[in-house]
Amino acid sequence: MDALISQYIDPYYLRILMLIGINIILALGLNLITGVTGQLSMGHAGFMSIGAYTSAIFSMQMGSPFFLSLLAGAMVAAFFGFLIGIPTLRLEGDYLAMVTIGFAEIIRVFFLNFEPGGKAVGLSGIPQNTTFVLVWTLVIIVIILNAKLLNSRIGRAFYAIRENEIAAEASGINSTRLKVLAFTAGSFLAGLGGGLYAHYMYFIRPQDFAFMKSIELLNMVVLGGMGSIPGTVLGSVILTLLPEMLRVVAEYRLMFYGALLVILMIFRPNGLLGDVRVYDLKKKLQGKKVGLWQSSN
Amino acid sequence: MAILQLEEITMEFGGLRALDVVDIEVKEQQIFGIIGPNGAGKTTLFNIITGIYLPTGGKVIFKDRLLNKMHAWDVARQGIGRTFQNIRLFNKLSVLDNVRVGSHGVSRSGFFGSILGLPGSRREEKTIMEKAEQLLDLVGLGDKKLEYAENLAYGEQRRLEIARAMALNPSLLLLDEPAAGMNSTEKMGLMDLIWRIRNEMQLTIILVEHDMNLVMNICEQIAVLDYGRKIADGPPEVVKNDERVIQSYLGAEA
Repeated sequence: MDALISQYIDPYYLRILMLIGINIILALGLNLITGVTGQLSMGHAGFMSIGAYTSAIFSMQMGSPFFLSLLAGAMVAAFFGFLIGIPTLRLEGDYLAMVTIGFAEIIRVFFLNFEPGGKAVGLSGIPQNTTFVLVWTLVIIVIILNAKLLNSRIGRAFYAIRENEIAAEASGINSTRLKVLAFTAGSFLAGLGGGLYAHYMYFIRPQDFAFMKSIELLNMVVLGGMGSIPGTVLGSVILTLLPEMLRVVAEYRLMFYGALLVILMIFRPNGLLGDVRVYDLKKKLQGKKVGLWQSSN
Repeated sequence: MAILQLEEITMEFGGLRALDVVDIEVKEQQIFGIIGPNGAGKTTLFNIITGIYLPTGGKVIFKDRLLNKMHAWDVARQGIGRTFQNIRLFNKLSVLDNVRVGSHGVSRSGFFGSILGLPGSRREEKTIMEKAEQLLDLVGLGDKKLEYAENLAYGEQRRLEIARAMALNPSLLLLDEPAAGMNSTEKMGLMDLIWRIRNEMQLTIILVEHDMNLVMNICEQIAVLDYGRKIADGPPEVVKNDERVIQSYLGAEA
């Protein structure tokens, strides 16, 4: 299957499609934390790097099978998400954001000095096991599980915490526990995405997971629409494609990227799909029909 | 039999004494009113019962269990539902989801049950859904299920809060100014609703309210607070004619 795909798709486009898939997984993890549960995390790349390094070291030095490395990376990231979540999720809003930035920096500096991770030079020669089919199969699985979660008792409690924590607690929701749960699940996906990334790029170094990467992931969630799965997917697609499409403007690329973000947020403050629901679209259509009928009378 | 006992509740915020040794006893299936001028400590009392504040002194006993040090979510799971004076709905969730969230404390599907769609959790979802639809019909919001909560009219939002609190299957329901901002027709409807909830579901209801007409009509027992002290306690006829109550509401006679 993968051989067939690489035969028909240009390597450049294939690469972009792979990165889109990996970014979707990463952004859906952040969406659980920030979009759905409303806990502003600006250190997602930190958890991604834990997954990337763990899985790379598993593959290279222990020779473990690829699936096991991926799982190990995701689990270790989830574990750290859990550990860090317990003390930090007592904080709210800006304070939580500061602390998550701090943790991501600690993780980055740790890898800068981490002997088995190649210090500042990074790790190279990671087996290139991540394939197109694998990435997109995982994307589909992650989307389905996410949708199931958000449609359940636990998912609704996540949204409730975002909307009004006091009222959520009055409904019997243990908000501290659920925030840690969201943070752990989100970190698991970050670790999974990190593992896929490492085994695709063949080469990783600490600065791949710096603050700007966290911001890029946060942009995907915010641009797409906080808490919306289709929104986050769309946000990931657009923000992965955009820098590529802006290659024509060469050095002005980042300027255009920034300007486009500003413009989009002015016109769609809730994100592209943040407040779009099938129900509202239907109602709008019906409203139009009624309007036509009245005008013909 | 008493379902809720407040014994010598005292609450201090810094140097301010918001509640001063208040004793209140609420009997099962009673509609109990708490009234008093603004700042008398009524909402503070609600926040103490529901575990949002930890009282400086005194005991909160619900069904023979001490609630003092419980977290708010734990208190809710004991069977105490509440509404808020300044409406606190989940604005960006649908009306239906607001009520379904209300069932959180009395359901137990976990993370993996949810994402894997295990049979137990699916069965529970069905019960939660049926219950929510029933409650929405009860408060008359059955046809607005899919609207965002924030798009409802004010009176509807208050009724939605009641439905959400009811989803917890509470044995005690606390209503904080349920009639605020309602017109007289809506108030009539609300009185009827409170009556029906109590009678059909055998609930105990405590309400804080400024509308005297509503309080006197509906409550069987009333406690009056003034500057954090309880100045009267009894059936409406007694409280209505109590000298100190008249004084605190109308001012002392010259």
